[in-house]
Amino acid sequence: MDRRTSIKWMFAAGAALPALSRGGASAAAAGTAGYGTDPRMTEPTHPGEFWPLTLTAAQRRLVAVLADIIIPADDHSPAASAVGVVDFIDEWVSAPYPDQQADRPIIIAGLTWLDAEARRRQGKDFAALAAAEQHAICDRIAYEPRAIEPLRDQARFFARFRDLAAGGFYCTPAGRKDLNYIGNVALARFEGPDPELLRSLGLI
Amino acid sequence: MPFVTTRDMKRSYDVIVVGSGAGGGQSAYTLCMDGVKVLMLEAGRRYTPAAETPMFQTPDQAPLGGEATPDKNFGWFDATVDGGWEVPGEPYLRAAADDPGTFKWWRARMLGGRTNHWGRISLRNGPYDFKPFTRDGLGFDWPIGYDDLHSYYDKVEMLVGVYGSNEGLENTPDSSPGCLLPPPAPLVSDHLVRQRAKRLGIPVVPGHRAVLTQPLDHRRIPALLHPGNPTAQRILARDMSERAACVWATPCGRGCTLRANYQSTTVHLPPALATGNLDIKTDAMVYEVTLGSNGRANGVGFVDRVTGRHEHVSARVVILAASAAETARILLNSRPAGFPDGLANSSGKVGRYLMDTVGADLSGQIPLLESLPPLNEDAADGHQLYVPWWLYKEQHAGKLGFARGYHIEFGGGKRMPDAGTAAGLEWLTGGSYGAKFKEDVRRYYGSFVGFDGRGEMIPNEHSYCEVDPSVRDKWGIPVLRFHWKWSDHELRQAAHMQRTFADIIEAMGGRVQGKVHEDGARAIAPGGSIIHEVGGAIMGADPKTSVTDRWNQTWDVDNLIVADGGVFASNADKNPTLTIMALAWRASDRILERMRRREL
Repeated sequence: MDRRTSIKWMFAAGAALPALSRGGASAAAAGTAGYGTDPRMTEPTHPGEFWPLTLTAAQRRLVAVLADIIIPADDHSPAASAVGVVDFIDEWVSAPYPDQQADRPIIIAGLTWLDAEARRRQGKDFAALAAAEQHAICDRIAYEPRAIEPLRDQARFFARFRDLAAGGFYCTPAGRKDLNYIGNVALARFEGPDPELLRSLGLI
Repeated sequence: MPFVTTRDMKRSYDVIVVGSGAGGGQSAYTLCMDGVKVLMLEAGRRYTPAAETPMFQTPDQAPLGGEATPDKNFGWFDATVDGGWEVPGEPYLRAAADDPGTFKWWRARMLGGRTNHWGRISLRNGPYDFKPFTRDGLGFDWPIGYDDLHSYYDKVEMLVGVYGSNEGLENTPDSSPGCLLPPPAPLVSDHLVRQRAKRLGIPVVPGHRAVLTQPLDHRRIPALLHPGNPTAQRILARDMSERAACVWATPCGRGCTLRANYQSTTVHLPPALATGNLDIKTDAMVYEVTLGSNGRANGVGFVDRVTGRHEHVSARVVILAASAAETARILLNSRPAGFPDGLANSSGKVGRYLMDTVGADLSGQIPLLESLPPLNEDAADGHQLYVPWWLYKEQHAGKLGFARGYHIEFGGGKRMPDAGTAAGLEWLTGGSYGAKFKEDVRRYYGSFVGFDGRGEMIPNEHSYCEVDPSVRDKWGIPVLRFHWKWSDHELRQAAHMQRTFADIIEAMGGRVQGKVHEDGARAIAPGGSIIHEVGGAIMGADPKTSVTDRWNQTWDVDNLIVADGGVFASNADKNPTLTIMALAWRASDRILERMRRREL
């Protein structure tokens, strides 16, 4: 896949989100500069290095809970929050660029709704709910085509949040290991796939 | 010191080369190897791939997982610095900004220009591609034919290193023996595409890219490229021996510290500098070519971005290789007495007939590729195989509804996971989350194959650039305004691409992702977005209808040469870079010959 195509796919994921209500979620990061057109690419960076992280402590706690519901620990890899996904999402929604600024109100409105819905149902914040109660809420918004009309915006939030959580997770060494990615190492030769595999697939 | 400031620049050079990309790099290389004193002027900053390239860095080390932003349009790790669709302080205008006919202009302000990040796909134009008007009555013939460039394609391939194979296909020329490096092994997905496309009558053959699948033969090649010139042979042999072969990892678009692929900065400029004949001045925004009283170009004016001052430097010959549109801008902004419409523009054709490549794409998810065992598929970073245009006969018989062809680039495999790897999977997963989602991501990772069509655009009267009468950039230089329109040929071609991709995906047992557009206007990528803009100083046989002659030399000023894509009289589906280099080498040989004859 060339870079142009993979970027387009990422954009396509974002482009599927029509504008949701932007009210009540002021762009705290607006006016902050980005990393510029000539950043030093050879040194690792960290969230907060180029623009301040802006989620509140409570929002970050909720991001961690939801990210771990989407990407829990299993036999292959740790949970999302254990590998920096909260920082990734905070960096994302705090970034001064248009795509990220467009995501910010969607994410913040969705987080606000999650707590409101939890309180409406059980009288406590989403994070304080039992796992089954959390899943009951997520199940209603996990797939937009099946979400009821009043919850369409929430379903779009969930889809976007899942993309971001997965984006942050699969970027990491733990995510690469989970997918058994074995590239990005210098090889003396590249001989292609094992002929046995090609035969088993009917390709030779 | 070969990297000079305005202060230690010589007062005069044999040749000034404006631009340091494929055309400028090749021109400087050819001339310096033959003893010509060259000054290269580059608008962007100095760039040192060995120190600046992020070779094995991973997305978690980048802001936003390395995803594209307005600062880095192709993502954090893309080699481009100070460039993209917009360059701060250097605007351009579009006659119809909201129109689907809009044109976007990619620039890179860095030494080596776009060659640092380009796709490295290196295809030769074929015989038909130089005589399209003769073949179908549309567009323009070039004043040269394939035979004029064959030996230069050979030379460029040997110099920069291109992998590929000779297949003997129609209008898809073979290289001379000993030119091409062996192609890389195909991936699982490549094998599948080849097998299933073949059932549809679509040929799939090894791609051609400027990537060293093995070291270049530094004992054999220099003597072939520089016969009778032992100094050049020695310099090139040494430089070639220092280029490593590909290590089958890390994307070429980041650039390569090993010099295992072609960038002007790692291939053309080091040996040119080693001759001692090349001075490079970076941060030099050239805005005009100046004329002497004899009607010949005598130098260029530029803004030094370091001091902000306007400077002039002299030479016997001026080569413009600033990129098609930037070269047109320089010519249009050069207005010595008697040239109110710009220099070399007696035909009125400067800036006219801008072309890009037609692009359309589609991807599919292929169940047969799900849950494969761990595989290292970084390979040569794509384009192990490709589909050359295959419907020449049907097209020529008028059966397709569009006049020119396209090739197909495709890719799949278990590429390094990034922030997009698990995005947008709902159409497959039904919105899973939790443990099931992680299983789904494992299942679908590496099971996608993407197809990109790259097709020929026919030049038209509605696609051009001109200088805006009022808007200037931050250096005070008048800016370009672009006009753009596709014809039905391009729109139908784009729709045909998507139908073909869907057919191949289905033949692979896969599911198409997204919509297959029957309306070409929805299938086609916006003008300029494939970043293959050429034209604006087209070569021709008639000074009334073209800007340059068969030697890339402007008709009006015989020591002014255009050595970038500006001279293209047509834009075949083949990616333009290899042809730019072949033409630049040939044009520089012509300059050498004329210098020997004391005509310059």
